[in-house]
Amino acid sequence: MKLIMAIIKPFKLDDVRDALAAVGIAGMTVSEVKGFGRQKGQTEIYRGAEYSTNMVPKIKLEIVCDDPLAGRVVEAIQQAANSGAIGDGKIFVLDVAHAVRIRTGETGETAL
Amino acid sequence: MIFARPMIRAAAATGLSLFAALPAWAQDAATQAAPVPNPGNNAWMMTATVLVLLMILPGLALFYGGLTRAKNMLATMTQIGAVAALAMLIWVTYGYGLAFGPEGNAFISWGKFFLSGITPDSTAATFSDEVISEYVFVSFQMTFAAITIALVLGGLVERMKFSAILVFAAVWLTIVYFPIAHMVWEGRGLFFTMGALDFAGGTVVHINAGVSALVAAIMLGKRKGYPSERMPPHSLTLTMVGTGLLWVGWFGFNAGSALEANGSAALAMINTFVATAAAGLAWMVTERAMGHKASALGFCSGIIAGLVAITPAAGNSGPFGAIVLGALASVVCFFFVAKVKPALGYDDSLDAFGIHGVGGIIGAIGTAIVYTPSLGGPGGADYAIGGQLVTQVSAVVATIVISTIGTAIAITIARALTGLRVSPEVELEGLDLGEHGERAYN
Repeated sequence: MKLIMAIIKPFKLDDVRDALAAVGIAGMTVSEVKGFGRQKGQTEIYRGAEYSTNMVPKIKLEIVCDDPLAGRVVEAIQQAANSGAIGDGKIFVLDVAHAVRIRTGETGETAL
Repeated sequence: MIFARPMIRAAAATGLSLFAALPAWAQDAATQAAPVPNPGNNAWMMTATVLVLLMILPGLALFYGGLTRAKNMLATMTQIGAVAALAMLIWVTYGYGLAFGPEGNAFISWGKFFLSGITPDSTAATFSDEVISEYVFVSFQMTFAAITIALVLGGLVERMKFSAILVFAAVWLTIVYFPIAHMVWEGRGLFFTMGALDFAGGTVVHINAGVSALVAAIMLGKRKGYPSERMPPHSLTLTMVGTGLLWVGWFGFNAGSALEANGSAALAMINTFVATAAAGLAWMVTERAMGHKASALGFCSGIIAGLVAITPAAGNSGPFGAIVLGALASVVCFFFVAKVKPALGYDDSLDAFGIHGVGGIIGAIGTAIVYTPSLGGPGGADYAIGGQLVTQVSAVVATIVISTIGTAIAITIARALTGLRVSPEVELEGLDLGEHGERAYN
């Protein structure tokens, strides 16, 4: 099993979700996060008082799937979240050791 | 036309019924009968009075509250409500007497304490031979006292004890507001007899509140972390709502200052629209010219600057003079709050001085110019702009001196009685919890 963690632009969330549904992903976890990379923050000005925010709002997706599907999931996110500009985000793939479905106690890939 | 004439005519409550019973005296009685208010004027002045209350609660409370940090939202709004309520009680107890009492000199008056002698039949003179009910006049002027002390708080929020604010408000109203209101609006008052033009209170309310906020802010000291820490407004949405309520209420403030529902009130009304519109846009244009984006807070700030500037000129200017005056005040206030204040380093938290003080001074001096008939103003053909400018500047300087000295005394008394500032822990945690035991948002 793989954990696919993707940081994407917030306005791309709907596109990514549709693309993932198309490859057969049935569930994911979405969080609103802040961070910075090449894309720096913005400057806010209130009556001349300038505050630069060095954190940019992003969406973090976490998806666990079986190994054969992982490549297609990564590809779907990469294509759907791509706007061609800096700040489009990153995708990380990690190995998952174990999974349990809380309601039934099923384990491993059957728990996904 | 310029100032509220103070002559209050008391009507004998029993007079009319007595005359009715004795028709032979009717001819004489008709010439001596106490004047009766025109219901139209009375109705408008009652409306104008509650419109000024709308400016305070919730208008100013939301405007100022939105500009503070979330942890000080309730404290800011509660301070505004509490000082306004305190001002109302002090006004009917002795404030009206000190400002508009029957005995007095150029600086203060006395009498009518606890509103003694005033009945539902008592009347107050307007600027023509009309009268309005004296209770309405007392109420209208009461709301001006209430909003002026509330405006001062714009320089003091986020660090002053609630108890200190109440003590400061009581002392400040007594030694600063009532004397200045008397001097500007009462027939024997110093500025009134000088012939200073101040339609709705540019000196009494705005210069007075702005200068007092500056002096008090300097004596109180900066907020912890100012200016290095982030202190952006927590809700410009509420500030925008408050701005709208202030603009609406300001029609009571400005057009109500005509004391009648007449042409002078109509002129004040159109000017309160157009000067403000020009000022709101002018602030955003200035932001663009300085390389920034046209901002919501800029729009709101411009609107307040325009309203402040047109206050002394409301019935003393033509509409296009008002547009120029509003736009000019907006641009100058922008540079003051965005450039001059940071360079000087004091913490006038919500720019009470930067907008009310600076905008008020521009309005008071500019009134002498826009009053000119050749610029569309209502001045007579013999109007001398130079002499009026000297009078306006004298009134402004005198107001600044009285506000400065009186505020220094009031803050010193508040410091001695209450300690003035909250502890560093309360300031860090927020005055909502530390001073009032509540949070604005849960």
